[in-house]
Amino acid sequence: MGQTLLEIANLQTHFKTDRGVIPAVDGVDLTIRKGEIVGIVGESGCGKSVTSLSIMQLLPKPVGSIAGGSIRFKDEDIAKAGESRMRRIRGEEISMIFQEPMTSLNPLLTIGDQIAETLRIHRKISKKDAKAHAVAMLKKVGIPRAEQIVNEYPHRLSGGMRQRVMIAIALCCEPELLIADEPTTALDVTIQAQILDLMKKLNEETGTAILMITHDLGVVAEMCQRVVVMYAGKVVEEGTVEEVFRNPQHPYTKGLIRSIPRMEDDVRRLYSIKGSVPLPGTIKQGCRFAPRCEFAMDRCAAELPELVQSGEEAGHRSRCWLNG
Amino acid sequence: MSQTVTNLQPQQAGAAASTSPWLEGWRSFRKNKMALVGLGIIVFFVLVAIAAPLLTSYDYKAQDLMNRLQKPSGDHWFGTDDLGRDIYTRIVYGTRISLWVGISSVIGSIVAGTLLGIAAGYYGKWLDMLISRTFDILLAFPGILLAIAIVAALGPSLQNALVAVAIVNVPVFGRLVRARVLSIKNEEYITAAKALGMKTPRILLHHILPNCMGPVIVQGTLGVATAIIEAAALGFLGMGAQPPDPEWGKMLSDSRQFIANAPWTVIFPGLSIMLTVLGFNLMGDGLRDVLDPRMKS
Repeated sequence: MGQTLLEIANLQTHFKTDRGVIPAVDGVDLTIRKGEIVGIVGESGCGKSVTSLSIMQLLPKPVGSIAGGSIRFKDEDIAKAGESRMRRIRGEEISMIFQEPMTSLNPLLTIGDQIAETLRIHRKISKKDAKAHAVAMLKKVGIPRAEQIVNEYPHRLSGGMRQRVMIAIALCCEPELLIADEPTTALDVTIQAQILDLMKKLNEETGTAILMITHDLGVVAEMCQRVVVMYAGKVVEEGTVEEVFRNPQHPYTKGLIRSIPRMEDDVRRLYSIKGSVPLPGTIKQGCRFAPRCEFAMDRCAAELPELVQSGEEAGHRSRCWLNG
Repeated sequence: MSQTVTNLQPQQAGAAASTSPWLEGWRSFRKNKMALVGLGIIVFFVLVAIAAPLLTSYDYKAQDLMNRLQKPSGDHWFGTDDLGRDIYTRIVYGTRISLWVGISSVIGSIVAGTLLGIAAGYYGKWLDMLISRTFDILLAFPGILLAIAIVAALGPSLQNALVAVAIVNVPVFGRLVRARVLSIKNEEYITAAKALGMKTPRILLHHILPNCMGPVIVQGTLGVATAIIEAAALGFLGMGAQPPDPEWGKMLSDSRQFIANAPWTVIFPGLSIMLTVLGFNLMGDGLRDVLDPRMKS
């Protein structure tokens, strides 16, 4: 078990809106070790992306802000870091790739310029060296004819190729953590697999830890060592991928796993969890999943359970009265 | 990995050497015949302005009272005015004034409008309030009226007419840039740039500004036409170029009493204004098809 790289404790991220303060992330704990791939799963609106934007301090200002908790990166609480410190961390120590590769690149700069620009912000190197490094990075992410592509503009590349370029830009300064926010959601299934393979390969080669944000349990099963399941701004279950998939403890996780289509089963309708994620802040008391939970008891609506050890393996924890 | 590479080859097979978005823009601009005509007119007038002394043997200031209001002839291609000055010569030199006023005032408007528009669009809040409301106030006046007021305050001269026309057009560019910045700053590549650790000035100048420029260039080309007309109107009203400068609007107003018996004194300056304005408008429309994102399907 490696050294802790990132440790989020009791993170609270609030959005100030016309309807009052909305706690989009409400007391999230999360640990990532060096070189590890950790997945965050959950439905839309459960606070996955807000957690990642909080780490980077890229919350939409002035609406969103970190209201409490700490984000320890190595030995520093970056939740309290100033803007200039954060700029040095972004791209150099923590990088991020986004869902939409078609719009994540500046249409007016060549691929090479965009990689070189990032390099030259963080490293003191000449334009020529930066360009050479850009070609090397493009080769590393499996782009054919890298020497030509480096001079191309983004509109000449397909979505999968652009996502490779995004990964090249994100990894060019050898960050210790890569946050991937739904990196394959906008891609074709075949391209998805290629991108996931690439990320896994780069993780093994460079030791860059990856925080994989996704709603796709298949991606988690393929990529991650550990998984964190979020629901309505809270962590409801965490553990190693094998353990959580084999022996899910929280009814929400069970529901998610049951809703994966299985080839061997002959079912007409897929299972789905009834209802939808409540708007953050609307459930003030008790377990947030209680209104949709088939095992809900009186106690669930009244008291919020703690995230406690459950299941067989150490570190497998869930937030449910059934396991308390 | 090698498998991945072979899979990706066919997609890229058709890609030729790199082409910048600007070069591709020129290619589609070239297909627009009217825009090319516009470009041709502009190039023609620019060459005339540069080569003015070579194109005529007369002095645009030289009066020849023996030859007043002469009809167009071999000696005086466009005739002479009421002071016997050669109209062809004055129009050739007037090209310099009109192009200078049109282009430099628009460059002034673009620089000021872009800076204010970026500040308003990117920083928002009270700064946006202040800048946008100022634009609204400026736009509430008819352009020429505001220009007259500004020249009246500064004193009539070509220089001040130029400044007045520039000020009048600042809000046009300011609002355009502000609107573009508002949409571009929420683009994912701007978030990505922040996530890579770029500083705000770099994001503004290197990422947001170039992506704003398409519509600004279109508006700028059309704006030169407007500026030339506004400057000519100020000249016509006696608030722009002062005698003996051969400004086209001024030439029109000086000769309007002779319109019945010496129409050439107004026809040629009028045609010159019309042609340059037409040239810039045609080219602006062509550029709009190429550069304005809203026109792309």
